Amino acid sequence: MNWKAFYAMLARDAHVARRNFVALLFQTFLQPLMFVFIFGRVMVGSGYMPPSYKSLLLPGIMAICMVGTGIWAVAMPLIAEFQFTREIEDRLLAPMEISWLAVEKVVAGTLQSLAAGFMVIPAAWLLLRPGVDLNVPHPLLFAVVAVLVALFSATGGLALGCSMQQTHIGLMFSLIVAPMIFFGCTYYPWSALEKFPILQRAVLVNPLVYASEGLRGTMVPQFPHLPLLAVVVGLVFFNALLLATGLRSFHGKSVS
Amino acid sequence: MLTGIRTRDLRKVYTSAPPVAAGTGGFSFGAPKPKAKGKQPKPEIVALDGISLDIAPGEIFCLLGPNGAGKSTTVGVLTTRVRPTSGQAFIGEYDVWQSQVTVKRLIGVVAQRPNLDFSLTAREILTFHGAYFGLSSHESAKRAEALLERFKLTDRADQMVRGFSGGMMQRLSIARAMMHDPQVLFLDEPSAGLDPQTRLLLWEIVREYNHGGKTILLTTHNMEEADALCKRLAIIDHGRVIALGTPLELKASVPGGYLLRLRLGVHSPDLLQRLQGLAGVREVRATDGNGADLYADRGGPLVAEVANLAAAAGVELCDVHISEPSLENLFLHHTGRSLRE
Repeated sequence: MNWKAFYAMLARDAHVARRNFVALLFQTFLQPLMFVFIFGRVMVGSGYMPPSYKSLLLPGIMAICMVGTGIWAVAMPLIAEFQFTREIEDRLLAPMEISWLAVEKVVAGTLQSLAAGFMVIPAAWLLLRPGVDLNVPHPLLFAVVAVLVALFSATGGLALGCSMQQTHIGLMFSLIVAPMIFFGCTYYPWSALEKFPILQRAVLVNPLVYASEGLRGTMVPQFPHLPLLAVVVGLVFFNALLLATGLRSFHGKSVS
Repeated sequence: MLTGIRTRDLRKVYTSAPPVAAGTGGFSFGAPKPKAKGKQPKPEIVALDGISLDIAPGEIFCLLGPNGAGKSTTVGVLTTRVRPTSGQAFIGEYDVWQSQVTVKRLIGVVAQRPNLDFSLTAREILTFHGAYFGLSSHESAKRAEALLERFKLTDRADQMVRGFSGGMMQRLSIARAMMHDPQVLFLDEPSAGLDPQTRLLLWEIVREYNHGGKTILLTTHNMEEADALCKRLAIIDHGRVIALGTPLELKASVPGGYLLRLRLGVHSPDLLQRLQGLAGVREVRATDGNGADLYADRGGPLVAEVANLAAAAGVELCDVHISEPSLENLFLHHTGRSLRE
């Protein structure tokens, strides 16, 4: 394995992310933070939502930011670079097995997703306070879940980026990403679906459910959440599945 | 170390549309299979049909052929981008498909269409490329500076390439391919879209690079380019090599070789018959108006004899144009079609 080439590609992605930092910042945080402000501040402040909703909402918003960032950071460049201009060609021709380029994209996406996750906590906390009751009894477990969530976002980005055409980007968001967020237990806990038993079971195929429930279970364990073992197993399973699918499609797109 | 290129009976059959990078259409289609009930047969597109080449280390070799002949697919197979259906490809002693990483270290590739990294500036494109190939940042910066200077891009070095003209992108693509000083350089239609001045600069740079002992494989449908640059060339059409040799050998292989285009004062079948009898003349064809095309194995020396015959027949000789043996004539001879078709 040629680590020099691998690090050089990571450095390239970091350089491009730094160059687009302000745009990335708005793209990642503006919408979720507006949501935090309206639902966590305005709705709670005016009495339409209970005050505890603030604490319940924060892990879900963190999951949305992380997953959105990772998918965007991996899928969008891949979709663009595999198109007509074949911008990715210089990296495919670098002296490294091409699957490692896909792995590099996943690592870069994971790091961006983690950065987004850890930046949104203080931002959302500032918008919501007082009344946010964060409680992280097991920091290591929280870190493991956060890394698995970030990995899910990046492997999801790889799988989507290698199977979508540029003309289908709009569809990707309206048919895949938006339903995933709304049925991903981000704005409500999984237990809130008890009155909709079929839906409650159906949403278990949505990896975002494990991401938001995992963050909820490690950041605000006082709220009902899926067992953490189920979360870890679910995330590991989806990460492996998406990585395998993504690598396969990446290879198919790279070599004709 | 000197590195050559070898291919053995390369075949590539696409069962879906070939990617943009591998060619621009015009492949020969295989015989349609009988329709299975309820199942559409996949169309088979034969891009390469048994290409065998031996390119010596340090040689400038050219693949000449019309669009869709299989030039880019051949380059794709040799550069790890297109997996052959059968056959073998070697860069030096390394099998391209078994030692991909080693092969990628040895080659530099300029694709048919500029495929620059649009998220970077021109200088960054070169320095990151150097980093992918393990060059230190100091070495990368030094080489990038020298290449930007050589390709006359210094004044735009720190701008994003999105705003570059086609010619500038092409020059930068070539500079990038040379960044890691590869033993073998692939140039897929390098001068397409370049103005004549830049084309000359490119030719000069290619020759200079070759003088260092590097092997260069270039594809073109421009005969002038093949003639000016290549030591040897292969003419390919429909995925097959139809002729191979030095430009001179190939041109000499066309019967006659020379073409004298005559414009006469009046149409005279009698004169045409007499011209046919001149030594070295292979064929005489009457053309539109009062002209005649004379295919012969010599050019200039025939003019005096043609003029004498015309004077004896009382026919005015208004104009003579001599075409030396050309690759265009060769392609016409082998395929019955012009390269430009």
